Amino acid sequence: MCVLLAALICLSGCNIIIPQPRDEYVDGRLRITYWEKWTGFEGEAIQRVVDRFNGKQDRIYVNLVTMSQIDRKALVAIAGGDPPDLVGLWSAGLSQFAEKRALMPLEPFMEKAGMRREAFTEVFLEQNTYRGTLYGLPTTPASTALHWNKRLFREAGLDPERPPRTLAELDEMAGKLTKYDENGHLVQVGFTPSEPGWWHWSWGYWFGGELWDGENVTFDTPENLAAWKWIQSYPQKYGAEELRRFQSGIAGQFATPQNPFFSERVAMIVQGVWMANFIQTYAPGLEWGAAPFPSAVPGLEHVAMVECDSICIPAGARHPDEAFEFIQYLCSQEGLELLNMGHKKFTPLKEVSPEFLANHPNPYIEVFITLADSPNAFYAPLMSMWYEYNDEITPAFDMVMFGTTGPEAAVSMVQERVSDMWVRARASIERRERAEAEAAR
Amino acid sequence: MTSREMRSIRNGLLFISPWIAGFAAFTIYPLAASFYYSLCDYSVLKPPVFVGGANYHELLTDPVLWKSLYNTMYFAVFFLPLATLLAIVLALLLNTGVRGMTIYRTIFFLPSLTPLVALGILWMWMLNGEYGVVNYVLNMVLNPLGLQAPIWLQSTAWSKPAIILMSLWGVGHAVVIYLAGLQDIPKQLYEAADLDGARWFSKVRHITIPLLSPAIFFNVVMGLISALQVFALPYVLTDGTGGPARSTTFYTMYLYNSAFRYLRMGYACAMAWILFLIILALTLLVYRMSRKRVHYGG
Repeated sequence: MCVLLAALICLSGCNIIIPQPRDEYVDGRLRITYWEKWTGFEGEAIQRVVDRFNGKQDRIYVNLVTMSQIDRKALVAIAGGDPPDLVGLWSAGLSQFAEKRALMPLEPFMEKAGMRREAFTEVFLEQNTYRGTLYGLPTTPASTALHWNKRLFREAGLDPERPPRTLAELDEMAGKLTKYDENGHLVQVGFTPSEPGWWHWSWGYWFGGELWDGENVTFDTPENLAAWKWIQSYPQKYGAEELRRFQSGIAGQFATPQNPFFSERVAMIVQGVWMANFIQTYAPGLEWGAAPFPSAVPGLEHVAMVECDSICIPAGARHPDEAFEFIQYLCSQEGLELLNMGHKKFTPLKEVSPEFLANHPNPYIEVFITLADSPNAFYAPLMSMWYEYNDEITPAFDMVMFGTTGPEAAVSMVQERVSDMWVRARASIERRERAEAEAAR
Repeated sequence: MTSREMRSIRNGLLFISPWIAGFAAFTIYPLAASFYYSLCDYSVLKPPVFVGGANYHELLTDPVLWKSLYNTMYFAVFFLPLATLLAIVLALLLNTGVRGMTIYRTIFFLPSLTPLVALGILWMWMLNGEYGVVNYVLNMVLNPLGLQAPIWLQSTAWSKPAIILMSLWGVGHAVVIYLAGLQDIPKQLYEAADLDGARWFSKVRHITIPLLSPAIFFNVVMGLISALQVFALPYVLTDGTGGPARSTTFYTMYLYNSAFRYLRMGYACAMAWILFLIILALTLLVYRMSRKRVHYGG
């Protein structure tokens, strides 16, 4: 038994060889598989692009497969040696795949196809680049902006057409837009950094901070600390306990009519370009506007978080050339405008057709395009351990919002933890590179 | 050994070989592989690199691991006794022979058939701090006393009790086993007790509980194992974050995130082996403690 176990333990270190599956043809056309995460109207939009590509030529048939938790499924498929030919990932998770060389570099394909990097808005290519190599192309980009409720502005005696231009102004307006009931309970909040709660990591950027300088974790800089002091000012103003109670009533209700922005319980919120579409669905009567979220530093303008969905060719894909042919169509102006009109976003290309802008359902689409193109647009650090970093920030943010930890302690706690993680992650990267170099020899 | 015996052994092995093959491929191999990976720096996407005990060493100093272990123990310590007590009380009530008993039994069993995800979403609404039905009822009682109902899942203090409360909904399985155990208790023991003038409570204390002890023992062991592996409910409720402030980061959630979110499969395998040892040790402890307290009839 012991011998058997020992043998098995040794065996598990080796890779078992699996026979290669055969190419499949549909009416004489090579079938390639494309995994994508979108469902509903977003899924329909990509299906339209795929259909159009399949109709345009007669050599390749793209088979679109929709799935949830796509990154985890792609991970298992790539590790198992049987990946799809194309996969749609999130830009924030791309570094993790790229660091493990689970994706194919796209520059050689682009060169061969004569695709120009300059056609894309730079920030979206940056997000798909890991240590100098491009691993994905942007499909549906997004930027975030301040959304404000014009009716509540009017009610509070503010000019509904004039959003705040500095962070101090936002704080002041938030005060005027906040209401309590006769028992002293919050019923309406002007603004809170805890809503929608998706980008706790991002606030430092409006103070001129950053999370990572390409070499080191820079969480405890004075800029980030200032941001976290500002975060703390909200539970201090509203009362930590009371804000938590208010928050507990609105948690987890984004795509419902009970969304606090739709139900007019939060007057100002940071949201992405997709918000207009949700407003249309859940609160069609809402009077709202979108503008750049104001920064805390004079002169620092048009600060916005940007992110995108990316299309990639997994390492080990069996038909990379055919896959790239589809990418080339998808990332053409025609393909991207078709897709993003369906998604109600803008396109990651610099050139936009006048019809696209004229027909776009989001009345503020140009605000989002301007923000994506801004030099102060920022995105999640391109670190392979970004998820771990982010998962340290979230509990620290909770503790500051709950009033159990001060901003100084929270910031240094995150800095310390993540720096240690980074040392460990870097050692791991180096170790694997050494092992690979040895294997190559 | 005669050639006939040899042949029958060979035939026997041949007949059970499908099971042996399945067991080796789907249990022994993964088990061995996970142990090997626990000694490696393994990201799933790249070949594992042997690092010896580094993962185990890191586990000792990982505050999130200790936090998740604390959360898991907290859950087990409160959930297990509560679930056992509740299930026994329900089984006793459902064993009284009132009319329409089968309907009641079905009703109490039904929640344990609800998919965990549906259950999570439902309870998320019921426990909403401001608009939930649970707090609506609680506040009717508490507000006149000048108190406020807790905000459950949004509070670091109440998020674990909320999950315990939700999990108690699934005691139906245990109730069914207790019911079967109750049916097995010989009637004449109760008759003899009646003749001696025993009251209801004395009968429960001296007849029912001792004779139900094998079923209790079984449920406690199974409950312990599943409580230490609590995963689906908190994962759905918090979208995998274990919030607020890591108050619902349970051991298996951290394990899963380490493996599939952080791509640290080697570390996750080491965590899995530690959990295995913890569960093994606690189960053996329960066995040892039960020796004098479990009475097997017959």
